[in-house]
This record gives sequence, C-alpha cells and structure tokens, in this order.
Amino acid sequence: MTSVAGHPSYTIDPAYDSPEYRSTAGRAPKEPLVLLDPDLAAVDGPVFGGERVRPDDADLTRQHDGEPLGERINVTGRLLDSAGRPIAGQLVEVWQCNAAGRYRHAVDQHPAPLDPNFSGAGRCLTGPDGSYRFVTIKPGSYPWRNHRNAWRPAHIHFSVFGRLFTERLITQMYFPGDPLLEFDPIFNSVREERARRRLISSFDWPTTEEEWALGYHFDIVVGGRLATPTEEQP
Amino acid sequence: MNETPSQTIGPFFKFGLDWLENADLVAPGSPGALRIHGTVHDADGPVPDAMVEVWQTPLFGRYLTGADGAYRFTTVKPAAGPAGQAPHIDVSVFARGLLQRLVTRIYFPDEDRVNGSDPVLASVPAGRRSTLVAEPAEGGLRFDIHLQGPRETVFFAF
Repeated sequence: MTSVAGHPSYTIDPAYDSPEYRSTAGRAPKEPLVLLDPDLAAVDGPVFGGERVRPDDADLTRQHDGEPLGERINVTGRLLDSAGRPIAGQLVEVWQCNAAGRYRHAVDQHPAPLDPNFSGAGRCLTGPDGSYRFVTIKPGSYPWRNHRNAWRPAHIHFSVFGRLFTERLITQMYFPGDPLLEFDPIFNSVREERARRRLISSFDWPTTEEEWALGYHFDIVVGGRLATPTEEQP
Repeated sequence: MNETPSQTIGPFFKFGLDWLENADLVAPGSPGALRIHGTVHDADGPVPDAMVEVWQTPLFGRYLTGADGAYRFTTVKPAAGPAGQAPHIDVSVFARGLLQRLVTRIYFPDEDRVNGSDPVLASVPAGRRSTLVAEPAEGGLRFDIHLQGPRETVFFAF
C-alpha cells in the first residue's frame, strides 16, 4: 500500500495499490505520496456556464431518432459537501454502457450489440439545492479480463466538480441487489463496508413514474481529501 | 466523514468526457501564451487512456491522451500563490488502473528563487523536487508525468 506520512490507512477511498484490480500494478505510484496542506490545495474550481450544458443533455433516452432498448430509469440525487451543504450550479457528467453491456467506445470489443439509439453520455448542472436528474436506461453487466470469468456489476460513471480543487471526484454508481457486487475488485477496493455502501444507489419510489420509469437515488458527497485517514468506528 | 468514495475512470470514458476537452486555456499566440506539453508514462510506457486536467481558476484545461500518451496545453504562467507559494499549476491525472486521481503540480524552471522558498516544494524530499519542475523545451515547456519508475513524479495527498 502506498504510504502517506500521517495517514495510517485508507478507508473511504480505495488504495492506489489494490492488487485484485490488475491494472493498478503498473500505475499505482510506488513512492510515498507527499502530504499537502489542505488549505494550499483547496483552490477555487472552475464554474461551467449553462451555455454549454443544455437541459436535454440530461436525458440519455432522447439523443437519437428512436428510443434506446433497456429499462428506462430516472437517476436523481444531490451533490453535497462534507458538511452536508448543497453544491449548486456545478457540473455533473455521466457515462455508461448500453443495456447489453457495450460501451460506445472504439476499444470496447465485448461482443454485445451497440444500440443505434443510445450513446450513453449525459451532463447537467446541479440546481440551487445541489440536485441533479438524469433519464437513462439501466446499464448492463459486461465481462472484463481482470481475472477468470470477471464481470462488472451494472454501474454508471459519475464525474463531479465541487467548489474546490480538493472536491473533484470521479466515481461509479451501482445498483442495489446486484449479485456481482461481492465479486467486483473495483467496488471492493473500498475496504470500509459503510463507505462501500455509499456507492450503491437506492431504489426510489418517489421518482418512479407509473407506466414509465423506475427511480434510483444517489447522493454524492465530496469531501476534499485524498488518502482519507481511518474512519472512526461508532 | 460520509464522503462518496472514488472509483476509477476506467478505460471507456472518451465519449462521455471529451465534450469538455480544452487544450487552449488561452489563445495560442496571445500575449504571454505558453505551451506546456509532456507524456504520461506508466510502468510499461506511454499511457493511451489518461485524462489530464489543469486548474488555473478561472482557466480550466482537460486533455485526453491517445496512443502516444502525449498531452499539451496552451496557457499563461500564473501569479505566485498565497502563503509564499511559487507560481504553479494544479494537475489531476485520471486513468484506468487509478482508483483515485493522482494530484501533482507543475512548477516553472525560470523561478529558481521563489521555487527555493516554496513551502510545498520544501516538503518534498530534495532528490524528487525536480520531478515537479517543467523543463525548457522547444516551443515552451515540457512536463512528463511518470506514474512509476526511476523518475516517478511526486504526487500529493491532502
């Protein structure tokens, strides 16, 4: 494990060196990270204007002439800082594979069909209460070559900007009850169970629309720490 | 301590994140414009699937590397930072195999005096400080990012 002076272990964020996820081997730094004074690191971030983010960028089911195949879902949540305050007007970017488990990416060679009516990328700015909302389809599971018979649990990638450089976060949202979660080295790279659970969205009746779409809820809390020290036990 | 944990950007992000790609934080040729370029390397060579972001608020740059692992930005040298910090650019590196981003800084080779009193550089082991200082290169500055290896770049935690 990469060591950091004053940081005995990582429990919220995964360790860079997580051997079960094979790609970390050649990319996780070998030298100790250098601890940076958070006050010096916490510079203000960019603010992205609404002129580049249109309302329909948040509906991934309306980007083509026809409707994509798959289970239509509403994904909602709030972007919050670690004190629970909403982060308004900031950028949330999402990307995902289609319902068959195939990404619209040249390098993805999984022999599952592309969907001509699904690109799988969306974005929005958070509202005054930090809220975001996407309409999409539930992504499929797909195999990867990390180990024998390796399958990723269904997930949506999220990229969020907080207010500060220290709050920049890229993560993945998973779905409740997915049987693949317990076998996934990326999900399980988060060692602390309570932290890991925060990556799983909750099924959400209030945003489930009758005769139309299921709802899932996923709040994102940006904390402004890398290599977070040990989480206190209750 | 209820933060959402980080997860890797994975290999297949281009179609989701390239809409905001921006190598020109300022117009090339404009007063003070400076070209910074380099290559992202892992243990095996150039990294073809990294995303490099630079923050010089209000300027923002994002570059997605290709087969040669190269990135480039056109920007201006920022002013000195608060608390005695020398001019520097904040950098994030995201890639498959990185479960969290890596954070580093680009310092400037023509700022020897203020680099010498920068509190962050002073906290870095002396033998590794040079990995944070860009090198003069044809047409601007070069700043290679080594995730591993004998010239591993200094990365920060906070």
